[in-house]
Amino acid sequence: IFFPCRHDDLKEMLDSNKDSLKLEAMKRIVAMIARGKNASDLFPAVVKNVACKNIEVKKLVYVYLVRYAEEQQDLALLSISTFQRGLKLIRASALRVLSSIRVTIIVPIMMLAIKEAASDMSPYVRKTAAHAIPKLYLDPDQKDQLIEVIEKLLADKTTQLVAGSVVMAFEEVCPERIDLIHKNYRKLCNLLIDVEEWGQVVIINMLTRYARTQFLNPNINESLLEEGGSGDKTFYGSDGNDDDDEDEEDKEKKAEAAALAKRKPYVMDPDHRLLLRNTKPLLQSRNAAVVMAVAQLYFHLAPKAEVGVIAKALVRLLRSHSEVQYVVLQNVATMTIKRRGMFEPYLKSFYIRSTDPTQIKILKLEVLTNLANETNISTILREFQTYIKSVDKDFVAATIQAIGRCATNIGEVRDTCLNGLVQLLSNRDELVVAESVVVIKKLLQMQPEKHSDIIKHMAKLTDNIQPMARASILWLIGEYCEHVPKIAPDVLRKMAKSFTNEEDIVKLQILNLAAKLYLTNSKQTKLLTQYVLNLAKYDQNYDIRDRARFIRQLIVPTEKSGALSKYAKKLFLALKPAPVLESPFKRDHFQLGSLSHLLNAKAGGYQELPDWPEAAPDPSVRNVEVKESVPEWTKCSSREKRKEKKVEKPFYSDSEGESGPTESADSSYSSSGSDSASASAESGSGSQSEESEDASDSEEEEEEEDKKKVWKKEFKKLAQGSEEQSSESDERKRARKSKQQKSESESETDGDEESDSESSQSESDDSESEVDVKNKKAVQSKAPSKPVIKETKKEKKEMSLLDLDDEPAPSPQVTPVNSFLSSSLVTDLEGLSLSDSVLSPAISPSGTQKCYELLHRISGEGLSVEYCFSRQPFGPDANMVAVQMHFANSAATDAKNLHMEDVKLQSGMRVTDFPEIELLPAGETTTAVMGIDFCDSTQAANFQTHSRKFFVSIQPPVGELMKPVFMTENEFKKEQ
Amino acid sequence: MIHSLFLINYTGDIFLEKHWKSVINRSVCDYFFEAKEKALEPENVPPILQTPHHYLINIYRGKLFFLAVIQTEVPPLFVIEFLHKVADTLQDYFGDCSEGVIKDNLVTVYEILEEMLDNGFPLATESNVLQEMIRPPTILRSVVNTLTGGSNVGDTLPTGQLSNIPWRRAGVKYTNNEAYFDVIEEIDAILDKSGSTVFAEIQGVIEACVRLTGMPDLTLSFMNPRLLDDVSFHPCVRFKRWESERVLSFIPPDGNFTLMTYHVSSQNLVAIPVYVKQNISFMETGSCGRLDITIGPKQTMGKTVEGLLVTIHMPKAVLSANLTATQGNYTYDLATKVLVWDVGKLNPQKLPNLRGSLSVQSGAPKPEENPSLNIDMKIQQLAISGLKVNRLDMYGEKYKPFKGVKYLTRAGKFQCVLMFTKSVLGSLVPGGLTHPTEGEPCIRADLDGGRLSFPHRLLHGLH
Repeated sequence: IFFPCRHDDLKEMLDSNKDSLKLEAMKRIVAMIARGKNASDLFPAVVKNVACKNIEVKKLVYVYLVRYAEEQQDLALLSISTFQRGLKLIRASALRVLSSIRVTIIVPIMMLAIKEAASDMSPYVRKTAAHAIPKLYLDPDQKDQLIEVIEKLLADKTTQLVAGSVVMAFEEVCPERIDLIHKNYRKLCNLLIDVEEWGQVVIINMLTRYARTQFLNPNINESLLEEGGSGDKTFYGSDGNDDDDEDEEDKEKKAEAAALAKRKPYVMDPDHRLLLRNTKPLLQSRNAAVVMAVAQLYFHLAPKAEVGVIAKALVRLLRSHSEVQYVVLQNVATMTIKRRGMFEPYLKSFYIRSTDPTQIKILKLEVLTNLANETNISTILREFQTYIKSVDKDFVAATIQAIGRCATNIGEVRDTCLNGLVQLLSNRDELVVAESVVVIKKLLQMQPEKHSDIIKHMAKLTDNIQPMARASILWLIGEYCEHVPKIAPDVLRKMAKSFTNEEDIVKLQILNLAAKLYLTNSKQTKLLTQYVLNLAKYDQNYDIRDRARFIRQLIVPTEKSGALSKYAKKLFLALKPAPVLESPFKRDHFQLGSLSHLLNAKAGGYQELPDWPEAAPDPSVRNVEVKESVPEWTKCSSREKRKEKKVEKPFYSDSEGESGPTESADSSYSSSGSDSASASAESGSGSQSEESEDASDSEEEEEEEDKKKVWKKEFKKLAQGSEEQSSESDERKRARKSKQQKSESESETDGDEESDSESSQSESDDSESEVDVKNKKAVQSKAPSKPVIKETKKEKKEMSLLDLDDEPAPSPQVTPVNSFLSSSLVTDLEGLSLSDSVLSPAISPSGTQKCYELLHRISGEGLSVEYCFSRQPFGPDANMVAVQMHFANSAATDAKNLHMEDVKLQSGMRVTDFPEIELLPAGETTTAVMGIDFCDSTQAANFQTHSRKFFVSIQPPVGELMKPVFMTENEFKKEQ
Repeated sequence: MIHSLFLINYTGDIFLEKHWKSVINRSVCDYFFEAKEKALEPENVPPILQTPHHYLINIYRGKLFFLAVIQTEVPPLFVIEFLHKVADTLQDYFGDCSEGVIKDNLVTVYEILEEMLDNGFPLATESNVLQEMIRPPTILRSVVNTLTGGSNVGDTLPTGQLSNIPWRRAGVKYTNNEAYFDVIEEIDAILDKSGSTVFAEIQGVIEACVRLTGMPDLTLSFMNPRLLDDVSFHPCVRFKRWESERVLSFIPPDGNFTLMTYHVSSQNLVAIPVYVKQNISFMETGSCGRLDITIGPKQTMGKTVEGLLVTIHMPKAVLSANLTATQGNYTYDLATKVLVWDVGKLNPQKLPNLRGSLSVQSGAPKPEENPSLNIDMKIQQLAISGLKVNRLDMYGEKYKPFKGVKYLTRAGKFQCVLMFTKSVLGSLVPGGLTHPTEGEPCIRADLDGGRLSFPHRLLHGLH
């Protein structure tokens, strides 16, 4: 509280026309605010200075205004006009202060200002606008308008500065409007690495939720695998509720899931892959929050096999500040319950140091306990042994609990643990003894008959032990009084003597013991029991009086006693299930890394992590450019697309990975073979289309999604199947080449303008309308479906139509015909594929095939080489694996004499060269097949190729070293 | 996200509050004070507290609590990292992050906080950017300001905010262009009672001090980058290049910053520079115990171990220590039961030894807990992992900078588990002793010497 005179003094200073005095006054006022002292009565005097020329005074006035405007709304309005004027000149800071003045009357003004700022030239101003959005979200009436602004800012081109803030605004204002994200999804993924740290956290969390609604569970086939290899199941035996749905013991459900999985093999959406790939480098971030965000993303979204990568990064965070450790350990504890294997290699990182704060120690203990299994239990127990000698008693108690849990979980060490705990019973520290008793009680419940001597030993301890432990012992003796018939009555005698001085919890157990003994050994204990019941009758605690009355009625037979007393023995001495010692960190339902998870209670504003959808929603909603909405079986085959993606690369920052969803490992996009192959396959499939038309009609009802996927896959099989090149493919290629080059040059120029690639693509493709796409589809489907006789004519038409792709507008003559044709033809084709799969199931075991890059276009001076394992027998030598190489010459000059030389191989490996390619003209592509015998190893085969000598190496991934074997279904089953 | 921030000192006074949204009464901190009372030690205050209407997230740095109040779901690490960032920034600005310094610069701190968060969401957290907006106080500037009425508030929009490299301010100019890198490695280890390594790893960090004009693009390469097991980088490092070529390529921030941290974990790579031979025993009855500690060099790569400091947390029953050190001084804090022995430089020819008797509270039972022994030390001009910087190249600028690399190894959490010998007789039999470097002649000699010079030990043994 300030005396008025001091305020006068400040007011005087503020009224003076010397800036230095004003500044001094403002500094003192702000210091008051900082100390939490009330300076609100200076408001009028301060607000006058809002128009002060001195920037430092002005800034401090802003600080004051933001703090007190809410309390003095009327006076605050006086300053608004100044800010409105300021919006023209110092846009960002004026908007910031204006929006921070929480006065509802000015909401419309702010709305206008935000809208204007959202389309400002400067990204900094746009960022400020994004920040202002949640501030304005005071009344829900504004929501619709705000969403508009958010939508606009999400579509921002140089988003890396704005992205974090706008996603933050999105999360606060309209987290449910997931449809706003679709079009920006890929852009956000690609920009992620360039966004500032705080924005990264927000975006990753948002994308986690998004992915959960849009993609399929990558572990959906897990049930299938687990069915096959039961070894896997026992390994993860203790994590029974691994994946609630799949891990059910319910066989039926499993079979159903398996059938489902068989029907549509899981193929990861390329966008899903894109997200995983682009977040992975952020595990190396210096910011723990970012690392945690990526970790939870992987945990919730990645296939099981890939989740492991996060373990190392999380372990690294354990070296950070203790608060960070605290949060990370809590999350690790939850993760270890679900996926123990992930952290097992890092077991030692969770060893406890005497200098750790107690809460960290207990969390580490939790993790160690979760990690314990048959193989490492001896190491862990040895560690625990040292912990028991710690000075920190809370920690010792927790260690004993942990030993108990290890003992219940791992049968082999149960006896060892029990013996160890019994030894602790003679410890001098009360707390240690008490805790041991409680744990022993739980352990004994599992196999009481073997351990009557331990019960005897514990009975001796009853006299001098803490109440909780004493209660436990009494319960044990009562429960297993048949195993210790001599001691039990004696214990009751002693307890009866001290009954009045015991704690309530002990009294209840004495009553319990008495009742049980009365039922089993009434001869010896009848009087004792009655004595105890009488004492309890007059106890101060009503619980105890109540219990005594209840027990008396139940066990002492009187003429009035009801039917219940007959069952008294059954009631009291029923077999009780052993308690399950469970980790308190089983918090499945909360998103990891969230506040709610940490508190194990839903915090305000927590967004549930949705379950995976049964069937993936339409992936095409994320397509920004029209081209990508065309399935890759059309003219613009994957090859061409890849080209485009490559060109994009340099526009992203250097840290950007191989961009674009098309290159993902298990996506269906990347895997189609060469141009020629796909082209010829097209004609092949076309020839079959007519006979299958009938079949297709009946299948039309099926989900379109499924069909498309299956279709694509089948198509690829066909593509691989046919190797010879049809005559038409050459011509097509040429046409495509020219188009490709054009698109390249287009995107390059865009790149110079520094706009991001995604948008550049969309710009270049804007000219292409949806109708155009249909045209293409129609043309392709139409062309091959006609007999081969008309080939030449058709080709011409095709080419002209293809050229349309690059024209600004579709030609009006073609459109109606094609749109009419398109729908029926597309379904026809889809039908075809389905029937196809029935006809030729044995061509390749799995439809996906991945192309690997051998030589990049840039490092190869224009020559790019890719290879894929065609999964076909290599003619000349059965032991060799056929490797199909695609050469593409994008340089200006012809490449001559492509061949291999200086092959450096691991011992045992052999290579059959591909025939030398004498000439590869500029802009052309060609394929060659070579054979490599990898000797079943996954060592890389290294060799040099091309006359200019580029050193390359081929490394086979596991699973590509196979040779086709024909066997019947029965044989196959037998082999399994 | 973050609603308010309270800075609270060790004794529980709130000396600064800042609200980014509506004002929250400081009485909300009462929940924190309650938890603080309960926790006894400040390290044990739970970082996250739940109150009926708010959540309190706090960190403890330099005897200060930074307490953030939040109302809705937010990743807790987000808040914790931000609070540490605040502390780091204050440290950057004022060279220290203590109550006194903050109180002296209250207005500047308040302004910094104002810039760091907008509506609870981080706005400008890069030190380089902040310093452009609010200039750190220097004596010269404050003198000039008082004379001319100038200000320490930047009047331009920070350029870093607008560019793709937000961590570097524009228009940097130096007459002496220099780039220094400190490779600092800390050994974290747990040695068991026999001296063998239970757990050891190396935490490395490369601290940089770069004062270069313009927009230099640096490339730092290592002789043996494969050593690095797990790395994390300052955002300026191009991760892609690291992945493909194992070089650090970056446009550095101006001034001091942490370029990268790394981790070397494979046990065989971690050299343990010193060994500890210790023997602490208490009589079964009676009120005294004995202590004998010797430290010697193990794998020091020919460098000298300096700044050796041994800290032992004694059992509660130990009342006082009557010891003699052959080198350095020791202190025993009666209140905290911590014995600190400041050894200094380790001389391999004459190993430092600390021995003597401990008096135990009479009547108290023989202590059972194991005390732990923590070692502090440093070795100049050595990165214990063997990491070596190969070269530093600069692109994008024409001048020739002055470059320098310094190596330093120090003990991180270097802990030895001590174990009381069960009986006094056992400790007198040389074979009964286990020490890490059996077979090293100097130790045997020392052992013998020890017995000779300490007749009272024999007496006890006979007793």
